[in-house]
Amino acid sequence: MTTPTIDVRRADVCCVAIAECFRGDGEIVANPIGTIPRIGGLLARLSFEPDLVMTDGEAMFTNADGAVEAWNPYRTMFDVVWSGRRHVIMGGSQIDPYGNQNFAAIGDMKKPKAQLLGFRGAPGNTINNVTSYWIPNHGPRVFVEGVDVVTGVGFDRAEAAGAAATRYHGLRYVVTNLAVLDFEQPHHRMRLRSVHPGVTVDDVVQATGFELVVPAEVPTSRLPTDEELALLERLDPQGARFEEVPGG
Amino acid sequence: MPDKRTTVEEVVGELRDGMTIGIGGWGSRRKPMALVRALCRSSVKDLTIVSYGGPDVGLLCATGKVRKVVFAFVSLDSIPLEPHFRNARQAGTVDALELDEGMFLLGLQAAAWRVPFLPTRVGLGSDVVARQDEIRTVMSPYADPETGAAAELVAMPALRLDVALVHQNRADAAGNAQFLGPDLYFDDLMCQAAKQAFVTCERIVDTDDLLKEGSHHTLRISRLWTDGVVETPNGAHFTSCAPDYERDEAFQRGYAAGAKSPEAWAEWRSAWLDLDEDGYQQKVTSG
Repeated sequence: MTTPTIDVRRADVCCVAIAECFRGDGEIVANPIGTIPRIGGLLARLSFEPDLVMTDGEAMFTNADGAVEAWNPYRTMFDVVWSGRRHVIMGGSQIDPYGNQNFAAIGDMKKPKAQLLGFRGAPGNTINNVTSYWIPNHGPRVFVEGVDVVTGVGFDRAEAAGAAATRYHGLRYVVTNLAVLDFEQPHHRMRLRSVHPGVTVDDVVQATGFELVVPAEVPTSRLPTDEELALLERLDPQGARFEEVPGG
Repeated sequence: MPDKRTTVEEVVGELRDGMTIGIGGWGSRRKPMALVRALCRSSVKDLTIVSYGGPDVGLLCATGKVRKVVFAFVSLDSIPLEPHFRNARQAGTVDALELDEGMFLLGLQAAAWRVPFLPTRVGLGSDVVARQDEIRTVMSPYADPETGAAAELVAMPALRLDVALVHQNRADAAGNAQFLGPDLYFDDLMCQAAKQAFVTCERIVDTDDLLKEGSHHTLRISRLWTDGVVETPNGAHFTSCAPDYERDEAFQRGYAAGAKSPEAWAEWRSAWLDLDEDGYQQKVTSG
């Protein structure tokens, strides 16, 4: 890998961190939802994970050249999810230390203070296929001690629900505008995996509303290579990725 | 073959207070909007709406037709949160049964197959099950081949519908319906889960002509499952109806802006709901 020769922006680091979520996944559906996740997923396929299967955003699987490979309407997507042949990256309005996620509502789900998306596919995704999260606004109102509604299932809730719940449950990474986090701990409590260039460990701790597991040594998230920067420009010539994180 | 051609007014005339009505499409895509508009103008009320929700749910909530919504999301797609639905939920005027998108499919399938529930992993550990008494679990009667233990699964209850309303691209007079776009969504299951199903379509064609615009794979709703068919050109407006037309995004923005205040809603309603379907379509065309 080469060291980049121009200034690297935060959104580019985030795209690479998203791409890294898919490393080693092979021939499964990569289903990253959001602008930066989509670009990051495409970047992974164009570089180190060429066998990933991806949608056109609607009902087709299209290859890296844009050719239709297969028809995948919503009904077929549930077959994919329930078979486990998928890695989804979802957003979240709230997430807790064990990876329980909420994007349904703020307040009481019976009479919400703010009605948000609903459960969408989060319960089925988290219990059946690999799930990561993309949080473009890392702050204490998003990273909370307890979520108002559990839409995406975290490690503690899966364990409490029994063997059928834990069998295929697996949260992998949480990528944010500040850092990458994981659950690679004995009790699957969220851990700081790396901080993005220009971000300190303390910045992340302050922006998190619960106690993170912080290792003695926290590496810096890797920079894009020159090749990756060129691919990012090709995938997103309009620079939509810079609109999705504060400060671009 | 039977002739099931009817009108929007006659379909709405079949609906009664308190019914459970399934609406086809997905988000702001291929919704039977001509029927939804007519339902908004009717005196029918206290409905339970079962929908992969879009502006169908928003309009029916805003016009006071809804007692309860069964949903996994209610979205306008290009506008992620349906503002009229949000207003109703945040005011506490409509009850809800919240589901995962896939549980929703299983509920319709269970109703179609006339079984009380279908087992699934989906929902385990989430508040779909933990905070809603209507969703229960069941112990598998079989030992897991790997662990030897019996698993606790979610028993997704059948979503039985009194009536299904769906919009398709083409249909014949007998009620065979055709989708020409990228996704059928769950319109076929909606029809199969209902006691009565009504199909609106862009154009009614001769049965002989059904294969002219799409292969046999597009004929997914046969007359076995339908009770009435109505030709409603542009009848999914302002939602998308590919390949016949895309979503009318400018119109949808105006609709969403109508949720900002009671005054804005009164203005939108009088401009776009207080007229019949012909008048609506003429007004849309004349811009």
